[in-house]
Amino acid sequence: MTVKARFERNKWPFLFVGANMILFVVWFVVPALLGLYYSFTNSDGNPGEKFIGLANYRELFADPAFYKALGRTFRYIIFQVPLLYVVSLLVALLLSNPKIKGKIIGKIVVFLPWCISGIVTGVMWKWLFGESFGFINYSLKQLGQSPVPWFSDGNMAFLVVVMAAVWAATAFNMLLFMNAIKNVPATLYEAASLDGATSFQKFWHITLPAIRPTSLMVILLATIDATKEFVMVQALTNGGPGTDNMFIVQYIYTTGFDKFKVGYASAVSMVLFMIILLVALIQLKVGGHQND
Amino acid sequence: MTKLYDRTAKTLLTAALVVVCLLYVFPVFWFLMSSLKPGSELFSYPLTILPKTATLQNFVEAWSTLDFFKYFKNTFLSATLTTAFTIFASATCGFAFAKYDRKWLRFFFVCIIATTILPTEVIMNPTFTVIRVTGLYNRLAGIIIPSINTATGIFMFRSFFLSVLDSLIECARMDGASDGKIFLRIMLPLARPIVMILAIFSFQWRWNDYIWPLIVLNDPDKYTLQVALRSIIGAQNIDWALLLVASVISILPLLLVFIVFQRYIMNAGATSGMKD
Repeated sequence: MTVKARFERNKWPFLFVGANMILFVVWFVVPALLGLYYSFTNSDGNPGEKFIGLANYRELFADPAFYKALGRTFRYIIFQVPLLYVVSLLVALLLSNPKIKGKIIGKIVVFLPWCISGIVTGVMWKWLFGESFGFINYSLKQLGQSPVPWFSDGNMAFLVVVMAAVWAATAFNMLLFMNAIKNVPATLYEAASLDGATSFQKFWHITLPAIRPTSLMVILLATIDATKEFVMVQALTNGGPGTDNMFIVQYIYTTGFDKFKVGYASAVSMVLFMIILLVALIQLKVGGHQND
Repeated sequence: MTKLYDRTAKTLLTAALVVVCLLYVFPVFWFLMSSLKPGSELFSYPLTILPKTATLQNFVEAWSTLDFFKYFKNTFLSATLTTAFTIFASATCGFAFAKYDRKWLRFFFVCIIATTILPTEVIMNPTFTVIRVTGLYNRLAGIIIPSINTATGIFMFRSFFLSVLDSLIECARMDGASDGKIFLRIMLPLARPIVMILAIFSFQWRWNDYIWPLIVLNDPDKYTLQVALRSIIGAQNIDWALLLVASVISILPLLLVFIVFQRYIMNAGATSGMKD
């Protein structure tokens, strides 16, 4: 093919994706490579950084603060993702049940948190659980219980973070499950009923296997979201008490922007990226043959 | 016997749904009610769910003390502009992915998929360097331009255009229309439902976005609502009366969008993951 013909052939598609390509290079490729480069330097964010080889990575793997943030993030994933999965699925089952009335209202109410930003979600739950002024502790006192130190106790604060995150994220996951449940062939249930299967048996042997691709997708997206949890926690506890609930992205943010250890923070970024990549690859391996 | 069993099951399940609804609506309801209480009532025991004297005084005060109009304007401007650019860029890109079979396009498609697993949150520091070098620091353009490219938007248009018959394009080409004209005159009008859905979602993503404004904006004059809210929370002593009202005001536009487009939003959300 001549150069001219090749140009003619690719002119329009190139014009169509040109803007996206430039944006992709400037806001994805460059920051990613720059991050990789910074992770091998002593950069403080200003020009003039020096190449220091693997020093940042060596420091990182010996740093208890890094392990703490990483461990907290894993703990958060282990609690939040399964809880979100179960809650979203239960709500979706409830809203898909033909016996129940008022399903439209239920759907709207559970979807409501979609309108609310991470920051405002944090504010809302802080207001609800405030130790000396919140409604929850007030109610506990009215019921004769002692108030709970929701934010000065690390584990309690963690609990509030998990609850707020599940509350906020149910909306879309519930919709995905409702859609998947709707697409399970009704004949399967009818046949099972004739064989005298109980509701639970039908759920376990028909619904659950049929919605497996959706389940995998929900788990993958929820895991990635939980890994990068940052905004809502900033407003709710700011990682507190102390650094007890500081997750990995906040750790990157504080080391990079507050302490100006950009090189070190970039090394953490690269480790985190590797973890997310691994999660995505595992999901691909597990669900690959089912998704197209 | 079965009838009785049916009715009990129905009652129990409906009761379960009522409990779920209460759990989900209560944080919002308590928040809204509190924002209507005068400052003196906010912390005075016994707490009541409904305000004893409902007032909009807090709103008036917040609006004047916080320079709310500015934050509102900044947020609205960046959200609508980004949305307009996002729709156009995603439509053209999705169209190219769906209708042209080129090796380099297939490679670029994989690149776009890759953006979903390396979110900006993970590489904030190098992103900040790029912001400074490109001269976008402290400018609204700095939160608009980087947010235009979204994988979700491109995927939505791609799958829509895949369902459009190729013969439509072939016919138009025979009539001598250029590809650009075919896209603008035939394809984009066809994709109106997708434009609508992406408009709603993109507006929501940008209105609630916190990461980009956090990295880019330093001058309070340029703040969007989310960063302005964060600056109230970050204070030594949180001014709760102000914070409640400011938060409620920031939610209202999206609440309105949700009420008006509720059916669209939930139908669209059911078929895709819908992350920005």
